[in-house]
Amino acid sequence: MAQSIEARNISFQYDTAAGPVLAVKEASFSVAPAEFLCVLGPSGCGKTTILNMLAGFLTPTGGEILMDGNPVTAREHNRGVVFQDFAQLFPWRTARQNVEFGLEMRGVSREARRETARQFLKLVKLEKFADAYPHQLSGGMQQRIAIARALAYNPGVLLMDEPFAALDAMTRDEMQKQLTEVWQETRKTIVYITHNVAEAVYLADQILVMAPHPGTIRARIPLALPRPRDPLSANFVEMQRQVLANLTH
Amino acid sequence: MTSAFLSRSFWRGIAGLLLLALLWELFARSGLFTQALTPPITRIANTVWRTVLDGSILENAAYTLTRVLAGLLLACLVGLPIGILMGRFRAVERFFLPLVSVLMPIPSLAWVPLFILWFGIGEVTTLLVVGYAATFPVIYNSWTGVRAVNPLWVRSALAMGAGQRQLFRSVVLPGASPYVFTGIRLAFGRGWIAVIGGEMLANPAAGLGRAIFDAREYLDSEVMLASIFAIGVVGIAFERLVFQSIESRTVARWGMVAAAGARR
Ligand SMILES: Nc1ncnc2c1ncn2[C@@H]1O[C@H](COP(=O)(O)OP(=O)(O)OP(=O)(O)O)[C@@H](O)[C@H]1O
Ligand SMILES: [Mg+2]
Repeated sequence: MAQSIEARNISFQYDTAAGPVLAVKEASFSVAPAEFLCVLGPSGCGKTTILNMLAGFLTPTGGEILMDGNPVTAREHNRGVVFQDFAQLFPWRTARQNVEFGLEMRGVSREARRETARQFLKLVKLEKFADAYPHQLSGGMQQRIAIARALAYNPGVLLMDEPFAALDAMTRDEMQKQLTEVWQETRKTIVYITHNVAEAVYLADQILVMAPHPGTIRARIPLALPRPRDPLSANFVEMQRQVLANLTH
Repeated sequence: MTSAFLSRSFWRGIAGLLLLALLWELFARSGLFTQALTPPITRIANTVWRTVLDGSILENAAYTLTRVLAGLLLACLVGLPIGILMGRFRAVERFFLPLVSVLMPIPSLAWVPLFILWFGIGEVTTLLVVGYAATFPVIYNSWTGVRAVNPLWVRSALAMGAGQRQLFRSVVLPGASPYVFTGIRLAFGRGWIAVIGGEMLANPAAGLGRAIFDAREYLDSEVMLASIFAIGVVGIAFERLVFQSIESRTVARWGMVAAAGARR
């Protein structure tokens, strides 16, 4: 189920009224099946652009992306995407109906859809809000629904763009823990974007550290810390220091 | 939407109407015009009551409302596909936009003499007058609505495996619905205005516009005012009963527009 990802020298240039903006320059990396990759970097360094290329929403202006050896297209079914923005949920659907969307597109029966939706709403601790519309939920709750939605149709690759950035620290810790568990259980390939060093060290098998203007990959750091990880352990703190050094040097 | 709020806004509305009635009454009794031309409220109310009892005002209102709804249906049949396709496809937009921009500002009543030449006096011309007035808000708003669909919704749906048809049905249409709905609502208002003129100029059969026009021959200002009153009442009743209840059940419930009065 899990797929491998390989990016070969990908670049992306936005054409704006003020002229071309090179958002990503010649980035190369690879993600093994069921690997957890974190892309770490300051605001504006091209993280979202990379994610959009992986998702097939943007076509690289240079280089190529292969998933399991095949070029990425815009109509790829085997990936789940969670965006940075709260507004990604369909406002005309309840939380449950949002989570069911991907299953509905695949023609899964109503009962099976319900059961799966219930299970994933429970996973993000929102089963009580199954019948609420998105506008009745807080930003963090909407984001959790979006995660449940991306997981529910069981894609091989999960692409997440700072999904927990807007959550309070306690909920975020809890969500990170749950995400790790879900990942270990479902063995998906995950590309996870963040600007938070501790988050990256907690989650990742591999961290790509990016630098802005133009967005380039500055370092590729493998992490061998055993799981579950303890953010207070000496190893964890040392790893954080090492990543931070790469980010700021 | 507490009932306390409802009743407060309700009474404010009533107060506004009472003020208007008072001003009319002062004007009517001021002696500026003879009361045959400016009848006081009581006489208008009497006429309303009499025409309700003999059924004539209801019949006229039913004719007028039916014509508006038929015109609105025509406007939707023509306007929704054009507007939605304009929003979806550049080529369609390029083709229709100049056409729409040129035709939209022309008042539908300006067409009445031509329509009469082509289709004669009667229902066809009336329908076209209403349809013309109502089509452009539908086109314009559905076009805007489709373009206003959040790209994140489209991307999410594509990532979840939606095909083009599913994307259209499950994302574009509901995503555009607040605008489309507003368009239909505006179209009803436009059509309601146009139908009166259409009836006066081009429809010898019943209708509130016709009633006003015919009453002119007998200098019957009471029937005129009673009919004008009916035009207002039926218009607002339809707006309240139909459009507001659709709105509160759909786009307002989804948080895509604020419910009427919710901002206070
Ligand atoms: N639609 C766009 N049009 C033009 N330029 C863009 C567009 N989107 C992004 N950019 C530019 O590309 C660069 C990278 O943007 P991107 O959104 O990928 O950054 P990011 O790393 O995700 O930042 P953040 O952490 O703030 O979300 C930025 O300099 C931005 O100005
Ligand atoms: Mg971003």
